Amino acid sequence: MSRNDRTDPSNAVDLSPKVADEIKYTTCYMCACRCGIKVYMLDGSIRYIQGNRDHPVNRGVLCAKGSAGIMTQNSPAKLTKPLKRVGPRGAGEFEEIEWEEALQTATGWLGNIRKTDPKKLAFFTGRDQSQALTGWWASQFGTYNYAAHGGFCSVNMAAGGLYSIGGSFWEFGEPDWERTRYFMMFGVAEDHDSNPIKMGLGKLKGLGGKFVSVNPVKTGYSAIADEWVGIRPGTDGLFVLSLVHELLKADKIDVEYLVRYTNSPWLVIRNPGGADDGLFARDANGDPLMVDSDTGELVSANLAEIKPRLIGEADLPGGGKAVTVFQLLAERYLDPQYAPEAVAERTGVSADNIRRIAAELAHVAFEEQIEIDVEWTDWAGRKHDKMIGRPVSMHAMRGISAHSNGFHTCRSLHLLQMLIGSIDCPGGFRYKPPFPKPIPPGIKPGNSCAPDTPLNGPPLGFPTGPEDLLVDEDGEPMRIDKAFSWEFPVAAHGMMHMVITNAWKGDPYPVDTLMMFMANMSWNSSMNTRGVMEMLTDKNEETGEYRIPRIIYSDAYYSEMVAYADLVLPDTTYLERHDCISLLDRPICEADGAADSIRQPVVELDRDVRPFQSMLIDLGARLGLPGLVKEDGSPKYPGGYPDYIVNHERAPGIGMLAGWRGEDGKSWGKGAPNPQQLEKYIENGCFSHYEFPEEHRFYKMANKGYLEWAASVGFVPKAEQIVLQIYSEPLQKFRLAARGHGDRQPPERHRARVDAYFDPLPIWYAPFEGTMIDEEEYPLHALTQRPMQMYHSWGSQNAWLRQITGSNKMYIGRKLAERLSIADDDWIRVTSHHGNIKAQVAVMDGVNDDTIWTWNAIGKRSGAWNLDPKAGESQKGFLLNHVISELLPARSDGHRYSNSDPVTGQAAWYDLRVKVEKVTGDHDAVSEPQFPTLPTPTGLPQRPAILKYGQGFRKEGGKP
Amino acid sequence: MTTLPRTTEKKLGLVIDLDICVGCHACAVNCKEWNAGGHAAPLTDLDPYGPDQTGVWFNRIHTFEADGSGDCGTGSSQTVHFPKSCLHCEDAACVTVCPTGASFKRVEDGIVLVNEDKCIGCKLCSWACPYGAREYDASEGVMKKCTLCIDRIYNENLDEIDRVPACVSTCPVSARHFGDLGDPDSDVSKLVENRGGYDLMEEMGYKPTNKYLPPRKRRIEAADIGAAASLDTVIDTDNPLLRWVDRLLSR
Amino acid sequence: MHPALSVILFTTTSGVGYGLIFFYGLGAFLGLLPADRWFGTVGLGFALALVTFGLLSSTFHLGHPERAWRAMSQWRTSWLSREGVVALLTYVPAGLFAAGWVFLETNDGIFALLGGLAAIGAVVTVGCTAMIYASLTTIHQWHSRWTLGSYLTLALATGAVWFCLFSAVLGEGAGVGLSILTMSSVLVAWATKAGAWKRNDTTSHPSTPESATGLGSIGKVSMLEGPHTEANYLMREMGFKVARKHAEKLRRIAVLCGFVAPALLSLAGAFLAGGWDVVVYLAAAVLVSAGVFVERWLFFAEAKHVVTLFYGAKAA
Ligand SMILES: Nc1nc2c(c(=O)[nH]1)N[C@H]1C(S)=C(S)[C@@H](COP(=O)(O)OP(=O)(O)OC[C@H]3O[C@@H](n4cnc5c(=O)[nH]c(N)nc54)[C@H](O)[C@@H]3O)O[C@H]1N2
Ligand SMILES: Nc1nc2c(c(=O)[nH]1)N[C@H]1C(S)=C(S)[C@@H](COP(=O)(O)OP(=O)(O)OC[C@H]3O[C@@H](n4cnc5c(=O)[nH]c(N)nc54)[C@H](O)[C@@H]3O)O[C@H]1N2
Ligand code: SF4
Ligand code: SF4
Ligand code: SF4
Ligand code: SF4
Ligand code: SF4
Ligand SMILES: [Mo]
Repeated sequence: MSRNDRTDPSNAVDLSPKVADEIKYTTCYMCACRCGIKVYMLDGSIRYIQGNRDHPVNRGVLCAKGSAGIMTQNSPAKLTKPLKRVGPRGAGEFEEIEWEEALQTATGWLGNIRKTDPKKLAFFTGRDQSQALTGWWASQFGTYNYAAHGGFCSVNMAAGGLYSIGGSFWEFGEPDWERTRYFMMFGVAEDHDSNPIKMGLGKLKGLGGKFVSVNPVKTGYSAIADEWVGIRPGTDGLFVLSLVHELLKADKIDVEYLVRYTNSPWLVIRNPGGADDGLFARDANGDPLMVDSDTGELVSANLAEIKPRLIGEADLPGGGKAVTVFQLLAERYLDPQYAPEAVAERTGVSADNIRRIAAELAHVAFEEQIEIDVEWTDWAGRKHDKMIGRPVSMHAMRGISAHSNGFHTCRSLHLLQMLIGSIDCPGGFRYKPPFPKPIPPGIKPGNSCAPDTPLNGPPLGFPTGPEDLLVDEDGEPMRIDKAFSWEFPVAAHGMMHMVITNAWKGDPYPVDTLMMFMANMSWNSSMNTRGVMEMLTDKNEETGEYRIPRIIYSDAYYSEMVAYADLVLPDTTYLERHDCISLLDRPICEADGAADSIRQPVVELDRDVRPFQSMLIDLGARLGLPGLVKEDGSPKYPGGYPDYIVNHERAPGIGMLAGWRGEDGKSWGKGAPNPQQLEKYIENGCFSHYEFPEEHRFYKMANKGYLEWAASVGFVPKAEQIVLQIYSEPLQKFRLAARGHGDRQPPERHRARVDAYFDPLPIWYAPFEGTMIDEEEYPLHALTQRPMQMYHSWGSQNAWLRQITGSNKMYIGRKLAERLSIADDDWIRVTSHHGNIKAQVAVMDGVNDDTIWTWNAIGKRSGAWNLDPKAGESQKGFLLNHVISELLPARSDGHRYSNSDPVTGQAAWYDLRVKVEKVTGDHDAVSEPQFPTLPTPTGLPQRPAILKYGQGFRKEGGKP
Repeated sequence: MTTLPRTTEKKLGLVIDLDICVGCHACAVNCKEWNAGGHAAPLTDLDPYGPDQTGVWFNRIHTFEADGSGDCGTGSSQTVHFPKSCLHCEDAACVTVCPTGASFKRVEDGIVLVNEDKCIGCKLCSWACPYGAREYDASEGVMKKCTLCIDRIYNENLDEIDRVPACVSTCPVSARHFGDLGDPDSDVSKLVENRGGYDLMEEMGYKPTNKYLPPRKRRIEAADIGAAASLDTVIDTDNPLLRWVDRLLSR
Repeated sequence: MHPALSVILFTTTSGVGYGLIFFYGLGAFLGLLPADRWFGTVGLGFALALVTFGLLSSTFHLGHPERAWRAMSQWRTSWLSREGVVALLTYVPAGLFAAGWVFLETNDGIFALLGGLAAIGAVVTVGCTAMIYASLTTIHQWHSRWTLGSYLTLALATGAVWFCLFSAVLGEGAGVGLSILTMSSVLVAWATKAGAWKRNDTTSHPSTPESATGLGSIGKVSMLEGPHTEANYLMREMGFKVARKHAEKLRRIAVLCGFVAPALLSLAGAFLAGGWDVVVYLAAAVLVSAGVFVERWLFFAEAKHVVTLFYGAKAA
């Protein structure tokens, strides 16, 4: 072969083409991770979106979704103008209207409701990035029928954590990626912390830590784990408590940590049948008590330096006996029912593996203890010359929480972490500010609802006993979703997945208007999707009116839900509006510092749409909501959301943004509103990051310096130690009520349930659905996973992302496939107690033998998202949701509970049980169910047949 | 000229770490995003919202399962995410088969490129590439391919730190590395050295510049991390609580 | 590989064309052919027409046919380039040779020499075409001597059969010698093709999913997910699959039409007269061309590209 020595000059390349006229910073919202982005603008269009290297969340990286932002901005599914329904609901027949008419209509509907009975407005939001505003708005309006998507998302995770350690997994905490030597990940496919987790895993593996993934499916993160534990869905609690059992037997626990930071020495009253049974023994000031081993006296558990007894019964002054929390936990978890061999079969994890993993945990926690030489002062003012670390960390998400036993499983995980002393220590799990919070946080759900008056508190909160429930004198639910009722007492995030069903039934009462924001409730966010569509369109025989009379919906794109709205309020895209990611909402902090951020418009609006938040503020002003109008009734925030972000104060000096507060813009966290605040954020890349001094970075629950700072910025009410709650007294209070104590007791039909599931110590029980169907008939578990490159339903409108995943298959294990003689691309029918779907198969090795799964939310309804009606998403793709019921099978007395966790009301998506049959004979290769094709509403552009985005950038001055 | 350089001054290329790639597709999409407006713009997409969506991509992520029966296997299957783009081969037949001189390998850095003004769209180069790294843009009638982000890596309009391929700078787990594989002292060469980096289809003799780092041996034995296989019971099983009766530590 | 009509047409028609040119040229060079005007005009005209049509049709599948001229430039490395160059060069002797025959009714002397050169050009051109495929190490079914062999022998065989026809119609009749020669060239072509098929049925590309991914040390490799849920360019172009049964049927057709029939018919031709010879030679010519067309479709359809190993294929 002949060779040449020079690159032919005729092939010269332009090595330094111009890449931007202007670079604008903002915050990504292709998912809820909220990374910082750098948008290169060229010739007035987006040339390139890059991660912001300075941003605390993503440090310059960008995921597939974020990188595809250009194509979402370019989507032909973008709504273009307010729409008024003209045809029957669900038919997708609309007429374009002006904003003034739209807002007047909404004001009319909502005005009447507020004057008469504010709770008749049910206001629910999906992607909850504006809760700080929407929740506040709802309480100003005066309805407690408000929630975001947390109830069907991961409230078990949040509540399990907030009632145990005052923090949580989810995106509220993170492993100490640099130092951890042993990392266990439970049930995570992607997480909200998409990029941070990926960055962390890369770091962790690079530094040689062991990564164990507990997950029925071996894809994504699990694929790079050292060890994959292919557990049976719904049994993690059992597995974890078995690890606890092993550690206790071997006394491989951090007793010092337990004594210092948890309530394990606290005394629990032992008075079977008594009204105080299982409550903490307290002194006159209400302080919990413990036994001072030197004197044998009962002393306040808040005292330092005491050496409390861990074991043994104590006599209480007023008579009666009490025993330590530690003794209760030891007694319970040493029980042989938690022995590895006892749980092996159920969990599908061999006894040997459970023993080994326990041994590995103990080894790393105690033999590989790390110390960092940073002086710090604890809550009692004692100086410590170093920070001790147990380099074992854990993270869990919906694989744990999306089960009806998720709350307790999550508590079990935190128990395990506490036992080995690895919460907020170097190498362990770390709180992200504003956590840790008091356990649970001291916010109670508002419960008063009167015409023309705001709610007496926020709509959502953390009940600590029956007195905080939203139930009427008969103990029946007050909220439309039945959150904070005896059925779901600790439904801290509400129960959005029940709203439509309950509103349709008029149980507990009918609503007048259902207002929703950013939630595809007639499709991927609902269980029993077909049923939901029917309920949304069902009419009342007598009146001929829809059972849910009015539906207002705000979406930015033509999702499946749009067709079911009477009034559509089109939103902007994330690149066209101001937003704020507030510490009052779901923050973007990381363990070493607190952070918040904003979005600013980077591309000009080319449609007659309005930012939802500004629109909501306008609507509120038109309704004359207290917080939104001045005395003279004029709008308080004429500048819309940006105005509100800067000038609204939740508490004196505390507003939506923490950075650059005070007239001089010099204070962080607390300070008077600063008119220059947004400019400051923009100068700084649209975020503010307050880094903690070294000595505040660990043991935050007992770190004097940190707690004082946290109190000063309002993260915690007082600079007091936050004692981790292994034993949860609030749970016991509900249980006591179920046992007939107190003036607020559950109705008879709920007593046994409350009694059973409000155990103050973590328990495991089989997920409900499996116990209520015939396991012989429905032997399989069916799950979904987030594809890393798709965000729920909204990724499919993206021309680039849908080339990667344009349809989904049902993945089944090789053994199962052979048993049913099913091969790749065969079609199967998947049937649950609720219904069935038809799907195409892919066979794989790395999946639990009794589990099948698919990618979440890829299936689309034909015609939605301005996709071709014959697009793969609707013809080959499918939703598992059709076979998931929002209600459990009927109990003997006919009552049907929501398919949810009995404590928190978290939707139990992953309890699903199914059977699989091969579809034989001739059938067209189309997934089922299919629904009538949705028409493309007026105003949406033609779908292009070909895309040449970027073409223009190649020639100077051209347009893409 | 489609004759290959005798030697190249540098061997710029990528090193891809299969041990930590989680298959997130970030590199593929960020590549698409950068290059859609870059040297080979546009990366045309056909039927973008229809049933036959397809387009020009320079980087793609496959997912494989290896059944674990091999000598480095654990007995059970292992899932491996596998990104693949042009490997900028030394003996790149994609270049030598080109009848027009449109395909060429740069002497300066070994980057293999297509000169779209010369390309007649005969597709022969894509037939000659074992790795599926050539992308025919049907609507433009020319062949396109990974440029190793030649319009980034030397681009004076970008900050120094950004002068790396888009796929490398965006990878959330840092599974992608860029550098001169011709220089034995470069970080990438050392990485390849230490981690046993290898060539895809070595038997084809194309001498790819890009290297792949194999998944690390999975540690599933307690001994792998120096732990015991199980813990000894130290409590007195008849009276377990005794164990902690005298454990008195101050709060 | 995707069997693109343009390329199949090109290789078959130009094969026949160059085959004919070869026999006219060689015959004239050896002084065996009568310089009958019609015999030359029709035969060489037909041959040059086929060749030209073939070359043109090969540009149909180009993204930029208007730039086809550029394809001449890289003869130093590219067989496709070489093919172009040689094809054009061959026009010179072939053209002059034909002109002499047609206009001056001479095919000896300098023209015989030109005929000889044209014959060589024809063979080399077909050889270059074959080498475009044979040189691709990425496609096992093409990357072997059999490819060059079958391209050459098939061109000669088809050329021979058509040459018989023209001799019978316009020349002094094919005659036993030519018939036997033709029959044997068809049999040789059959043998080479059979050999190629046998090799491809019994061997496959040395690369495997394990060597492609380098994951063999972990175990047997299978694809869990492709990079796209819908087919991309690579799979549309190189992932073409033909069902085994279907392929076997087509092979039988190719053998029957392309080899068996023409062999027998061209032999039979020698012993027929009074126009019957013309009929059988015509039948032979039509059948052999149809047969080769089918063979050529299979040549592409049965070729597996190594890149498919990254897309779930177990072997290539
Ligand atoms: N089978 C199954 N079902 C599930 C889950 C599961 O794991 N399995 N997961 C559940 C969970 S955790 C969740 S959170 C839900 C998620 O489900 P949803 O909360 O419905 O989330 P999306 O479908 O992503 O988005 C909802 C709507 O937001 C719209 N939208 C996007 N951007 C904007 C914007 O800027 N403004 C406005 N106004 N609207 C916008 C989209 O067009 C879409 O219609 O799905 C739930 N459903
Ligand atoms: N790319 C992308 N990122 C997203 C989203 C998205 O749609 N796309 N959605 C965002 C939202 S709203 C949420 S809530 C988060 C959710 O983040 P994840 O919780 O990671 O999301 P899921 O897909 O529900 O993952 C559940 C995982 O748990 C496993 N699993 C199921 N049941 C069990 C079990 O019983 N035990 C164990 N151990 N594992 C189990 C499943 O196999 C799956 O891997 O992701 C957020 N981030
Ligand atoms: S994870 Fe991806 S999609 Fe989500 S915010 Fe970050 S870059 Fe955007
Ligand atoms: S970005 Fe990194 S982790 Fe994601 S697929 Fe590409 S190489 Fe793998
Ligand atoms: S990978 Fe393919 S396209 Fe890239 S240089 Fe090698 S042969 Fe050519
Ligand atoms: S397609 Fe273009 S680059 Fe490829 S071989 Fe043909 S002319 Fe060369
Ligand atoms: S180097 Fe550039 S062109 Fe090549 S794959 Fe990476 S991003 Fe794409
Ligand atoms: Mo969620």
